[in-house]
Amino acid sequence: MVQFAQQVVSGLASGSIYAALALAIVIIYRSTGVVNFAQGEMATFTTFIAWTLVDHGVGYWPAFALTLLIAFAGGVALERIVVRPVEGGPVLTIVILTIGLFIMLGGLSNWIWKAEVRSFPPNRPFPTSTWDIGGVAISKQDVGILGVTLGLVLLLYLLFQHTKIGLALRASALNPAASRLVGIRVGWMLALGWGLAAAIGAIAGMFTAAASPPLDPNMMRPVLIYAFAAAVVGGLTSPVGAVLGGLTIGVSLNLIATYDSHLHLDLDRMRLPIALGAILIVLLVRPAGLFGRAAVRRV
Amino acid sequence: MSRLAAARVAVTAIALAAATVAVFLAPRWDKVGDIKGAQMGVYFIALLGLNIVTGYTGQISLGHGAFMAVGGYTTAILVADHGVRDLWTIPIAGLVAGIAGFLVGVPALRLSGLYLALVTFGLAVAMPDILSWDKLERVTHGGKEVQLFGKPALTGKGFADVSILGQTVTFTRAVHYLTWAVALVLLVVAWLLLRGPPGRAFRAVRDSEVAATSSGVNIAAYKTFAFAISAAYAGIAGSLLVIAVAFADPQAFPAKLSLTLLVGVVVAGLGSLWGVLAGAAFIEFLPDAAVHVSKAQGVPDTVYGAALILIVLVLPTGVAGGLRRALTPLTTRLYTRS
Repeated sequence: MVQFAQQVVSGLASGSIYAALALAIVIIYRSTGVVNFAQGEMATFTTFIAWTLVDHGVGYWPAFALTLLIAFAGGVALERIVVRPVEGGPVLTIVILTIGLFIMLGGLSNWIWKAEVRSFPPNRPFPTSTWDIGGVAISKQDVGILGVTLGLVLLLYLLFQHTKIGLALRASALNPAASRLVGIRVGWMLALGWGLAAAIGAIAGMFTAAASPPLDPNMMRPVLIYAFAAAVVGGLTSPVGAVLGGLTIGVSLNLIATYDSHLHLDLDRMRLPIALGAILIVLLVRPAGLFGRAAVRRV
Repeated sequence: MSRLAAARVAVTAIALAAATVAVFLAPRWDKVGDIKGAQMGVYFIALLGLNIVTGYTGQISLGHGAFMAVGGYTTAILVADHGVRDLWTIPIAGLVAGIAGFLVGVPALRLSGLYLALVTFGLAVAMPDILSWDKLERVTHGGKEVQLFGKPALTGKGFADVSILGQTVTFTRAVHYLTWAVALVLLVVAWLLLRGPPGRAFRAVRDSEVAATSSGVNIAAYKTFAFAISAAYAGIAGSLLVIAVAFADPQAFPAKLSLTLLVGVVVAGLGSLWGVLAGAAFIEFLPDAAVHVSKAQGVPDTVYGAALILIVLVLPTGVAGGLRRALTPLTTRLYTRS
């Protein structure tokens, strides 16, 4: 039971990282109807920027905040320069474009920062000690990651639901033409969505590096698949669904890996195929996800 | 047959003949040249397949490297563990990969193209792990290299010469010829398939699902068919790749392979068969060219990605479409809107 509780807590921590990336995917999907395959590589790239900042003597949390700003600006720039010209084009084109971004950013991370072992952050952002609650050792880092991620999700929720800009963001995603008529600058709202997504992705990247060192140019590839699974489980359109989906995926993967020591199925290695299986099952049984709304298409 | 169609047939025939000559007579290469030529042939076949499903049917597959893995492993296992002659495993590899494509395609195709992209991307990333799974060890050797002939892999060195039609050629040269012979056969098959009713149905599905349904095209059936055929092509490509290097291991089929194939098919021009040659050459030789820019890791990827983005933004019809436009007389372009 103690082991169970412990695995649930650490599953929630890694799950909150998947949730953050899934949230980034959902924000872009809601506004453009396209899944951004480059989301993970964008996160890796910004994490390397954070590493560079820290390497130049900036403290961890200032660098963290600065990186979020840089990621936001980068996301806006990407949307304006690369995605804008094909806005409203076929899904195929935009998907290929994000795959191009995926390959290019992955290549750039490998090129600029080479493939040498780095630890990031040099000093852990959270204390390494643990709390002992009823025999369950809960790492402060896990709680910290969970707390910061959920806090940011809450901020995002407030932004979307209780500000004018959030209203404009939701409106332009829902009905671009009508939004334009009432004076919303839809193009900039889409760019804003990309910026927000990039910033949230950056959090996922920096926490992935902290939770599973070392910092590696390919670290977000598996996380991206878990985030896809989380987003699909959550229904791709629902931010709350993405967060719950991420936590679910994180906890289930952790439990599966733990109890595999009794089953001997080598399931720890099969985390990615299991996530893929989850995607397939959800798509087959309930394509709208657990929290999404079914899409209706006029034929 | 209209004049336009006749001209297209003629051009295709000439291109085919030229390709045949270039492939079989031109190479006076060393071993490395042979291997590179064979690898380009492998890419060519895989791109043909990918183009059928992505270019003609409009379904995004980001997982064709995984189907190459299925084909490659079929060959490796049949040769290494069951003593089947390597040549005969090629069609079997195509068949097995085709079935795998069918099984993946059936559930994914019930949903929109975006989900297919998601699922195939997941498949590409998960494939090396599936191949390394302990529970499949009896079949796949659990992530260890599968040696075809019980010899260490030395990229062709030390393999016995092969006798073809009374001529003795080195193993690598034989592999090169074999790959391109298969490639030409498959090119003709693809061409016949795509210029007939199935090709028309594929394009209808791509251009408007609603219109295709109204015209009596069974969308699900054609999508699945295209996906299975396309996976079979990838399987044959994977089989030839394994034959060329005489071993298979999960790392030979990383997720990157699938994405590289997508780059190739976009460079080629979606929906163009002969552009595939340019696409295959691009992904085969770009890493060599990139070394001149910088020896750092990641340079080829940076160029691949940038090329992909640039082509989508500037030359959406790929090399083939660009050439076609350049060759069309200016007057035609002035008076007709594409």
